[in-house]
Amino acid sequence: MSHQKYPENIEQDITCSSRRGFLKATTALTAIALSPSLITKAAVNHSDEKLAAFFEKIPLNLEVNGKAYQMETEPRETLLDFVRERLQLTGTKKGCDHGQCGACTVHVDGKRVNSCLTLAVMQEGKKITTIEGIGNSENLHPMQASFLKHDGFQCGYCTPGQIMSAIACINENHANSPAEIREFMSGNICRCGAYPNIVDAIVEVKNGGQKG
Amino acid sequence: MINFDYIRMKSLQSTVKALAKFPDAKMIAGGSNLIDLMKRNVTAPTKLIDINLLPLKFIEEGKDGLRIGALALNSQAADHEIVKNKYPLLAMAINAGASPQLRNMATFGGNIMQRTRCTYFYDTSMPCNKREPNSDCGALKGVNRMHAIFSTNDNCIAVNPSDMNVALIALDAQVVLLNAKKERKIAFADFHKLAEDTPHLDNHLQANEMIVEIIIPENNFYKNSYYVKVRDRNSYAFALISVAAGLELEGKTIKKVRLAMGGVAHKPWRLYDAENYLQGKEVSAKTFKEAAKIAMKGAKGYGHNDFKLNLAPASILEALMKAAHLS
Repeated sequence: MSHQKYPENIEQDITCSSRRGFLKATTALTAIALSPSLITKAAVNHSDEKLAAFFEKIPLNLEVNGKAYQMETEPRETLLDFVRERLQLTGTKKGCDHGQCGACTVHVDGKRVNSCLTLAVMQEGKKITTIEGIGNSENLHPMQASFLKHDGFQCGYCTPGQIMSAIACINENHANSPAEIREFMSGNICRCGAYPNIVDAIVEVKNGGQKG
Repeated sequence: MINFDYIRMKSLQSTVKALAKFPDAKMIAGGSNLIDLMKRNVTAPTKLIDINLLPLKFIEEGKDGLRIGALALNSQAADHEIVKNKYPLLAMAINAGASPQLRNMATFGGNIMQRTRCTYFYDTSMPCNKREPNSDCGALKGVNRMHAIFSTNDNCIAVNPSDMNVALIALDAQVVLLNAKKERKIAFADFHKLAEDTPHLDNHLQANEMIVEIIIPENNFYKNSYYVKVRDRNSYAFALISVAAGLELEGKTIKKVRLAMGGVAHKPWRLYDAENYLQGKEVSAKTFKEAAKIAMKGAKGYGHNDFKLNLAPASILEALMKAAHLS
């Protein structure tokens, strides 16, 4: 069997099958990827129980709005809960929590995603941008200013997600007509129905030649 | 969501070895379907293998056609110049699915493995043979507006929800699967299965296997491709009916044709009989109507979805007319 067409990064064997074994086996495989030297050392020493305790919380290094964080996370913690509850960046909203409304939209390495449907632990080494990272009240992002000018909201709950999505929409080159904007903003629901004004806001930023 | 063991794999070899040792482990890539199902307790894996670091993000032309790695993003493919120019049917189908945010997360492997959106499958207080074998099918006599009309049985009338899969089956794609011992290549048309007596299984992927790549053979459909999707709102909703049509024309004569439907069966549904009928004929509304009629043989409604018996042939006609530039 040849896997030359899929270049390998590391090569390790797995030799156990119990639950703890899963941790132990996989520690050897992935310690380099996800843990500080302490855990790597523990893995080498096969101190399983200590390892298990370590692994209930996994080290997480990532950058949010230009600031580096060294944290720990439970595997089941979503990126949305991580930024809201752990970093207190509550601009990103929890709407449906099932990827259907877009209120939780953030950028991961420049791409817009639903932060409710991805795990924090999967963001190791990534650069996250939330609504707090694009501007502030003294120095608004052009998209924020345009939403204000065009009244692109009523209650405002969906607005952080709308703005993060709108910036990405222009960067992806999917904002070349009102029809294209509507299609490529369809992942952001506004129950107040501010859609026409949201489209106007995006058209103005796009025509101003301002990249997000 | 219950907690689970999480590991992050860096190599294919380690991943397939882990799958062989831990058949109850699930792989996670984009997570947009799996995490949703875990939050709703539809599925509760105790071990998650994060495969995002595996070197499977490629989209490139090879001697067999277009090679797409299992971890290539849906948005990456839809915006890819080769895909847009030579395989527009795939780009159209992908862009008809989900939202831009989800397409930035969804991978090819994950989309192929996407579970049904049947509401009885999602609602853990309802019976569902797919979620819990031998618990009955809630949809059979329930609200079955979204459900299947082809090759159904009383065990399950759920449909495969993917748009991308409809394009892949139409384009004669192949899937490359890997386990710890060997690699195998199967036709995409043979990857998913009908409900049969095992509706809890959507496809023929073994527990110790993973999808590594998708191959789409070269074709000449790029001038005459169209994807029709009918849904309850203009965007960001699952298909009631979708149709993928690819034509290779010589003047007005159909040299080659591929037709597939979504929203109608437990698997992406290829319309072989209609293709055979169209082969060698001249394009016309009349011919396309006859093909649509042939495609509907054996279709059966379950009450709320009876409208699909009319909507499906109308959608086939529209897809063919648009693909042939007749409307």
